[in-house]
Amino acid sequence: MTNSFADYAKAKMIILVGTNITEAHPVASTFVKDAALAGARLIVIDPRRTDMVDFAEMHVPLKVGSDVALINGVMNVLIEENLYDKKYVDSCTEGFEDLKKKVMEYPPERAAEISGIPADAIRELARKMASVKPAMLMYTLGITEHICGVNNVMSCANLQMLLGNVGVECGGVNPQRGQNNVQGACDMGALPNVFPGYQPVANADARAKFAKAWNVKSLPDKPGMMMPTMMKNLTTGKVKGFYVFGENLANTEPDIKHVEHELQSAEFLVCQDIFPTETTRFAHVILPAAAWSENDGTFASSERRVNRVRTASVPPGDAKPNWWIFKELAKRFGHEWASASAQEIWDNEVSVLAPSMAGIKYARLENDGLQWPCPGAEHPGTPTLHKGGKFTRGLGMLKAIDYIPPAEVPDPEYPFVLSTGRRLYHYHTRTQTGRSAGINDLLGEETADISAADAQAKGISDGEKISVKSRRGEVVVKARVTKEIPPGLVWMAFHFREACANWLTNPVYDPVTQTAEYKACAVRIDKLR
Amino acid sequence: MSDTFILNGKETPYTPGQMILEAAKNGGIEIPTLCYLKGSTPTGACRICLVEVKGARSLMAACSTPVTPGMEVFTETALVHQARKLNVELLLSSGTHNCLVCEANGNCRLQDLAYFYKITDLRFEEKAASDIYPKEDQNPLIVRDFSRCILCGRCVQACNEVMVNRAISQGYRGKESKIVTGGDLPYHESECVFCGQCVEVCPVGALTEKKAKGLGRPWEIKKIRTTCPYCGVGCQQWLHVKDGKIVKVTAVEDAQPNQGRLCVKGRFAYDFIYSEERLKTPLIREANGEFREASWDEALDLVAEKFKEIIKKDGPDAIAGVSCARSINEDSYQMQKFFRAVIGTNNIDHCART
Repeated sequence: MTNSFADYAKAKMIILVGTNITEAHPVASTFVKDAALAGARLIVIDPRRTDMVDFAEMHVPLKVGSDVALINGVMNVLIEENLYDKKYVDSCTEGFEDLKKKVMEYPPERAAEISGIPADAIRELARKMASVKPAMLMYTLGITEHICGVNNVMSCANLQMLLGNVGVECGGVNPQRGQNNVQGACDMGALPNVFPGYQPVANADARAKFAKAWNVKSLPDKPGMMMPTMMKNLTTGKVKGFYVFGENLANTEPDIKHVEHELQSAEFLVCQDIFPTETTRFAHVILPAAAWSENDGTFASSERRVNRVRTASVPPGDAKPNWWIFKELAKRFGHEWASASAQEIWDNEVSVLAPSMAGIKYARLENDGLQWPCPGAEHPGTPTLHKGGKFTRGLGMLKAIDYIPPAEVPDPEYPFVLSTGRRLYHYHTRTQTGRSAGINDLLGEETADISAADAQAKGISDGEKISVKSRRGEVVVKARVTKEIPPGLVWMAFHFREACANWLTNPVYDPVTQTAEYKACAVRIDKLR
Repeated sequence: MSDTFILNGKETPYTPGQMILEAAKNGGIEIPTLCYLKGSTPTGACRICLVEVKGARSLMAACSTPVTPGMEVFTETALVHQARKLNVELLLSSGTHNCLVCEANGNCRLQDLAYFYKITDLRFEEKAASDIYPKEDQNPLIVRDFSRCILCGRCVQACNEVMVNRAISQGYRGKESKIVTGGDLPYHESECVFCGQCVEVCPVGALTEKKAKGLGRPWEIKKIRTTCPYCGVGCQQWLHVKDGKIVKVTAVEDAQPNQGRLCVKGRFAYDFIYSEERLKTPLIREANGEFREASWDEALDLVAEKFKEIIKKDGPDAIAGVSCARSINEDSYQMQKFFRAVIGTNNIDHCART
């Protein structure tokens, strides 16, 4: 996030795009609702009528995957009607002429055709957005889980820069991260192209610095494979050894049947986890790990805040902290690593090697943590990025972006769009929430959420078991008839194994990030015979 | 120069619009409260924060009376004490307040006030059991014991003004009064989303965590601050720990980013770590496909040996790994260090892209 959660309740205008915030980030949503009750203006852009629509002055139920077209249409109006922040665009950004040229190809009428939002509503939306300053934009996986995920993200950035909303408190582009430490895993360099603190592996100076710190002669300079490529290469034989730490890939990745084939193909699979999962079934070795609250450490949240995690219980049996397991493995290759606790790892390695975290030490994390960049011992941390419209790269880059449809669109055989996500009561594949007393009683099974119109047309009643089928698989699941869903859409989650949406989802990826298109594939729904 | 008022005879500054309670606090005077919930509209329901205001016809509730210029306020007069004590006595008779068997014992505002005002006997007759709504404990997480409810309305404020889930409100009238969900349904059949904020703010034992029942008294508990293991908001929690086991989770008040709030998962989904299904020992798959238990040395030696074989035969890039977006930073750091510095590949990723 460019901004902080503390901005939410103070915001004057909030634009939620592709985020069902009340279920996926419930506590953050309370601050958005507080803001709305205090008079902030709220716009919800989402195919579903999410709970937040109750608090919004405008709901924009765009067609799944049409974000770029809609935002281009909005920017067309902002430029045509001279509503954009010209001063900000001139002094803080570059690429305006290219962007203008592109969005001129998207008059509201064309955007309307693609997005299903009437042209006048697009004009109204643009005018509303331009009427309050600053406005905060939040998004979640509704933006990223498309083959055009990167384009969607850049469109959000284009819009906010055009409105002059980046680099100010209560503004910015704010991706709310789905997992407690997905931000941290990125920050720590668990990515194929960067060392900790986003220092590129392709940079010789960075390699030299890390090689010295890690006491090795050299480090590989070629960026590695992203996860989908790794998995694909399990079947080609290019990847032989696969190490899965705390991921239940057999349920979380699109097209489960194929994923299981890939995992099955691994010559040697190591799983390090806290529970047996659908994925550990394929392992050759399973290593038992300490869980949350069984060792000390840090998480980094969506707002780049590094927070302490503390020990309350001892791990069961022989389970060990994950950092210890890697240290012990390294030892077997002749590498003696000095750090012998999470604190030593952070204080003596991470914060020494990552300049953006140089000022973060455990001693400074006792209370509310620190938000990076925090480059020095006296630095207070950074609640707002790009302050005053000064970007990391100098000028903010406006990018001309074209709309592309989802990889798989409905046809007569598979006439519905399936979109997927998370529900309030469960978390991912339920390895944790499924084992916490009481939670299953609140939500005990998956449903396929459909509109009343489609239910009626198909003769399906609420609670009836139906078949949902895609080109990749079929599940039998209870129908949930709800006003949240527009006609033509089916919505499911991936919390329960049997009716997991990922039996159906499409394994196609954004070409840059290799994020899968969980948000759009084609399915059919049928009454059971 | 700010405006001033006279607080216990002393000229004290205040900000226009400020209530007596807050202005007094800034002036160094704590006025006891019960129904007052920071961050929400004061209701003045409990009458515990009564103060004497010169010229006023009656005692005033400090939480909901704005300060006016030159107003003379007295917070500790005999009249004030007498009235507060009377109100506590009335609350004590409003239901069955038997601390001995109450889950909130030791963490109860009413108990504290009764002790502070030296109430040793019940002056008024307790409400008849037949006049009290039956206890609701059908849902798995929250027990609603109406015999202990003093109708202070903090839960209603938390639900409507803080969390804005709008699931409960003040219902019925007079002695029939009850905190109700829409249609007075039990929690699990209502709009309630089980964030448990009502439990967090309940000053008595009317709302309690079912899972924590009988597991530890407040004075036996050690509170450990940590960060929630679910979504990416990073809510700050207090783990209530007894004998090395988490018995309850509450929110850290005034902490960033959650400011005393939690959701259903953050508050109630902590006990997975104690599941009997936890992996407790390294496991190695045998040729017949079955897993057998192994020592750490055996398991780690095997991993190292296999990886060395693969590196020798196919090079380091034939090994790939995904790290965990749930575990601590230091674990991800170690894993990427292991892949880069030890294996010699950048084939390290995690689920950020999904």
